[in-house]
Amino acid sequence: MDTLRESADAERFVVEATRFPFGWFAAAIGAVVVAVVAGVTVGPASIGWSDSLREVVGLLPGIDGSSDLSPAQSAIITKIRLPRVVLGLMVGSLLSLTGAAYQGAFRNPLADPYLLGIAAGAGLGATIAIVSGVGNGIGIVAPVPLAAFIGAFVAVAISYVAGNIGGRSTVSLILAGVAVASFLTALQTYVLQRHSDVIREVYSWILGRLGTSGWGEVTLLAPYFVITCLVILRYGRALDVLSVGDEEAATLGLDPGRIRAIVVITASLGAAAAVSVTGLIGFVGIIVPHAVRLMVGVGHRALLPMTILVGGAFMVLADLLARTMVSPAELPIGVVTAFVGAPFFVLVLRTSSRQTW
Amino acid sequence: MVTSVLRVDDLTVSYNGERVLDGVNLELDEGTWTTIVGPNGAGKTSLLRAVVGGVDYEGAVEFKGSHEHSARDRALNVALVPQIPVIPPGMGVVDYVMLGRTPHRSVFASESRRDRAVVGDVMDRLDLTTFATRDVNSLSGGERQRVVLARSLAQEASLLLLDEPTSALDLGHQQEVLDLVDELRTETGMTILATQHDLTMAGRYGDDLLILNEGTVVARGNAREVLTEANISEHFGAKVMVIDDDAGPIIVPVVPTSAA
Repeated sequence: MDTLRESADAERFVVEATRFPFGWFAAAIGAVVVAVVAGVTVGPASIGWSDSLREVVGLLPGIDGSSDLSPAQSAIITKIRLPRVVLGLMVGSLLSLTGAAYQGAFRNPLADPYLLGIAAGAGLGATIAIVSGVGNGIGIVAPVPLAAFIGAFVAVAISYVAGNIGGRSTVSLILAGVAVASFLTALQTYVLQRHSDVIREVYSWILGRLGTSGWGEVTLLAPYFVITCLVILRYGRALDVLSVGDEEAATLGLDPGRIRAIVVITASLGAAAAVSVTGLIGFVGIIVPHAVRLMVGVGHRALLPMTILVGGAFMVLADLLARTMVSPAELPIGVVTAFVGAPFFVLVLRTSSRQTW
Repeated sequence: MVTSVLRVDDLTVSYNGERVLDGVNLELDEGTWTTIVGPNGAGKTSLLRAVVGGVDYEGAVEFKGSHEHSARDRALNVALVPQIPVIPPGMGVVDYVMLGRTPHRSVFASESRRDRAVVGDVMDRLDLTTFATRDVNSLSGGERQRVVLARSLAQEASLLLLDEPTSALDLGHQQEVLDLVDELRTETGMTILATQHDLTMAGRYGDDLLILNEGTVVARGNAREVLTEANISEHFGAKVMVIDDDAGPIIVPVVPTSAA
């Protein structure tokens, strides 16, 4: 195209149209900070907010962390509230990011991280672990999360193998996921029906919770969180190209099947890890990405990092409500995410002038 | 010296065991415009899809004398304007045209200055600058076709395939798009391979015409040689009268007298 005019002016509107939405990013980072501060300072134990914050800041290397808190108060901050906030950030980010990745990879606005049977597989795994009474743990690995993780990953693997038999269309993969999910849910229902004494325990697992005891869950989840974020962020532009469909993406020099496989398998790993630690927290993976699209548009370059921030902040704030609204009891987090998230999403939908899906 | 941009040897495409393209040979010289006509299901689209690597095929597809090409090499040599392009919901015009730069960088890399410059120039050339931030889906049919054309031009391939580029457009916009392609061909020396339903229109643009029927090339030459009453009757099953105008043949359907 060397005979086309080279003009500096022509480039300006391109630069403007592709500019990164820093304003939205600053707002999202602000939301994360607000959520973390609120999550650490608010709780049933009355600890002053400045003392709470000083305690947290004191954990950072190189800062003298002498606060006026008693050892018990200090433990509430560093062993209960802070790990719970960090876990909330990671789970919210993971579910939102993997939801956005699934929606992009399948070109389907209704795809969520549970699409390929993760929820049903994790549910069955957890149910079997609870029913077989191994509930209190063998060694360092808690059996319920482990069983849930295995169940989730087996479900995705079956969906993937079954869905690719009839060709490589995304629809056949989604349909395989639906079939696998129904089958595993039926198995879970059967097992539960035979062991009605554990229904309550399984039900509470299904509703999801962020309750932690120390940093165990956080360290368990951290490697999956890091890997999932790094891989999916790297494939943002590839997901943009996939949005024109497999055939056109191939004419642009990509291998859409390979990209979809990498993105979906990575996202499934992240979602399975999140689900195994916290149970099934619905709604976040589908609503946060759509809300973010209404803010920054459909391009994955801005969408993916934004979902990490917004998803994390949203989950921590939802958890804050879950543990304070009926204090000292707690509401299931899955109830709060939908209860708060649905009106929030409708608000964004009403006020945004952007066209997305 | 005239260089060959595309050479297709004994190209065969089958869907579920059924041959839709059967031993097609084709050679395109740099800067030429070749139009493929043929009845529905003749294999026109399959031929274009095989050239861009969108379907599996037997036979050889060579770009500038080279057999070996990865998907990315191929995308650097040939760009396709699909008959019905998939327009992603919510995508802005600049972002869409930028997709054409995909083969020019690693899929993990961000766009370079040159990517932005090429997109800017192409959009400038196609009068799309005022639409920069508009959603592609909000544009009219003619505007959208120019945006899709801009994406394939941003690919900077020397061979441009157009699959019935004007089938969704009114007469004025058909002319606008085809005139634009012809201007770009003259300016940049790129090579055009297009399919076309409208036979009169097919005869007006380009150098060579070929008729594809049941997967094989049954006629080729210039418009006057190819668009004859006998050829059209035999391969399209259509009763037509061909009027030889100075600018090329005009194809008029013949209505049985009893109906008139």
